[in-house]
Amino acid sequence: MSTQESYVTDDGRTIGPTVMEMKNITLRFGGVKAITDISFDIREGEIRAIIGPNGAGKSSMLNVISGFYVPQEGEVWYKGKKRPPMRPYQVAEQGIARTFQNIALFEGMTVLDNVMTGRLRKMNASLISQAIWRGKAEKEEIENREAVEKIIDFLEIQAIRKTPVGRLPYGLKKRVELARALAAEPSILLLDEPMAGMNVEEKEDMSRFILDMNDEFGTTIALIEHDMGVVMDLSDRVVVMDYGKKIGDGTPDEVRNNQAVIDAYLGVAHD
Amino acid sequence: MFYREAGDFKTSYATDNQTFPIKFDRLGYFTVMAVAFLVIPFIINDYWANAIFLPFLIYAIAALGLNILVGYCGQVSLGTGGFMAVGAYACYKLMTSMPEVNIFFHVLISGGITGLVCVIFGLPSLRIKGFYLAVATLAAQFFLVWLFNRVPWFYNYSASGQINAPERTVFGIPVTGPNTEAWATYLFCLVFVVVSALIARNLTRGMAGRKWMAIRDMDIAAEIIGVNPLKAKISAFAVSGFFVGVSGALFFSVYLGAVEVGEAFGINKSFLVLFMIIIGGLGSIFGSFAGAAFLVLLPVVLKVVGVDWLGWPTDIVAHLQLVIVGGLIILFLILEPHGLAQLWRVTKQKLRLWPFPH
Repeated sequence: MSTQESYVTDDGRTIGPTVMEMKNITLRFGGVKAITDISFDIREGEIRAIIGPNGAGKSSMLNVISGFYVPQEGEVWYKGKKRPPMRPYQVAEQGIARTFQNIALFEGMTVLDNVMTGRLRKMNASLISQAIWRGKAEKEEIENREAVEKIIDFLEIQAIRKTPVGRLPYGLKKRVELARALAAEPSILLLDEPMAGMNVEEKEDMSRFILDMNDEFGTTIALIEHDMGVVMDLSDRVVVMDYGKKIGDGTPDEVRNNQAVIDAYLGVAHD
Repeated sequence: MFYREAGDFKTSYATDNQTFPIKFDRLGYFTVMAVAFLVIPFIINDYWANAIFLPFLIYAIAALGLNILVGYCGQVSLGTGGFMAVGAYACYKLMTSMPEVNIFFHVLISGGITGLVCVIFGLPSLRIKGFYLAVATLAAQFFLVWLFNRVPWFYNYSASGQINAPERTVFGIPVTGPNTEAWATYLFCLVFVVVSALIARNLTRGMAGRKWMAIRDMDIAAEIIGVNPLKAKISAFAVSGFFVGVSGALFFSVYLGAVEVGEAFGINKSFLVLFMIIIGGLGSIFGSFAGAAFLVLLPVVLKVVGVDWLGWPTDIVAHLQLVIVGGLIILFLILEPHGLAQLWRVTKQKLRLWPFPH
């Protein structure tokens, strides 16, 4: 399948060329193979879902992309270049942001400070300038505050701006974490189970945010999710993993009718 | 009634970012500054300077420094005494080898040197955390005290092994040595305290502070969103070391005048400053001051009450002080882990509504 030409989806969004490509990734922990020889690509502007039963290696895959694990075999290509092994903060510097399955916010800081931390790639005033709070530091602080306020508006968390994150309920924390990732204006946004543990309304809100983000900011999104309804509705293309192997890849409709995927989810009759 | 933010509308992010967003707080701050600069220098005498104000101001700088490292960046350090000694000995060497330079710069450079030393001893923090880092910094404490005891170059080969601060002046007024006046030493230290507090506040409300707190709260997540853990931790050690070094230099040159390293900068000093920030409040500028004031005032108050009023023997009061400090630390850790600063915050929260119940 050729992946280089841009095309326009049914709902009028433009999907660009490949921005990230995983080539034959294999990840082992000692004798355990978490990921075996998986290849797939993420195209600019699309919503790419990774699904699979528990323990399929989805989170490991995301950890490979965000630089947390270094795969034993295979290559990660990003924006047309092969990516050397790098630390997670270097990956972040390249414009890849993520959220976590178990919320990883800075509990002692306010919502505003948490989201502002997401902007750190944009702020590089020297320590001296920050110490006297003049010049570049003050200017950056105000400029980035404006950008952050837009995201706070967008995600409808204005009311809790100055609340320490530790005091917030689960659903809001998920949203703050999304805000922090979005504040970085990432080229690719990785969402690890953004809707885990939410009720229907919260899931609807979150789905709306994901679609709006993709629509308004053109953010490329790769997400892991267990709620099949959500995945099939949101995503442009889906990768299906099982036991560390890729068993399906394609549009939601293709995947839904893929026999291997049906077997993995529903089981196979043994007679 | 008067303490509230209602009606105090912010129309720009700059005003929303300011240090004291509530008007009443700003007034309080300016009042304290005015009293500290315009009233106290005229009424201070030697007893008040030496028993209360100088130790309070100097420990406040040390507590600010340690609070940046422990309270904001989450890196435990038990080496404060040793790092204060670095500041003191750096200041002594500078004072004796470059007498023509103003003491003001000696103190600043001592802070810089201590920052560098602190960075070197902070390097293990990249690999180890928590208790293990505490033990590594403890090693710094003992090594540095040993170094200043054993290498005669540091104390200019004096027979006693002590270092003595020669007389140095600022604008012709002596601030170190035997002929100082209370108001001069007080003002000299006050300037350093105010500037340190402003710098600490600016750093902690900006990006540097956010990076430190991110490392403290969840280092893995901090790294994933782009915080370079090496730079963040090293900068915390450097800034913290700078403040601790300045306080060590002032402690030696202005306050004590003569120092024997094991006595003045032993492990007890490390614990004292650590207790200050625990009682005062980890991760709070106000807490650093509150803790320093508390632990400086406690012995003085106990002495006045116990010895002067009740007529108890001095040694009993001294031991009682240890018991009370120990008890208070346990009490604070159980009841209010965020220290005096949190009590202050709760009080302010209540004041916003007072005198109305809702």
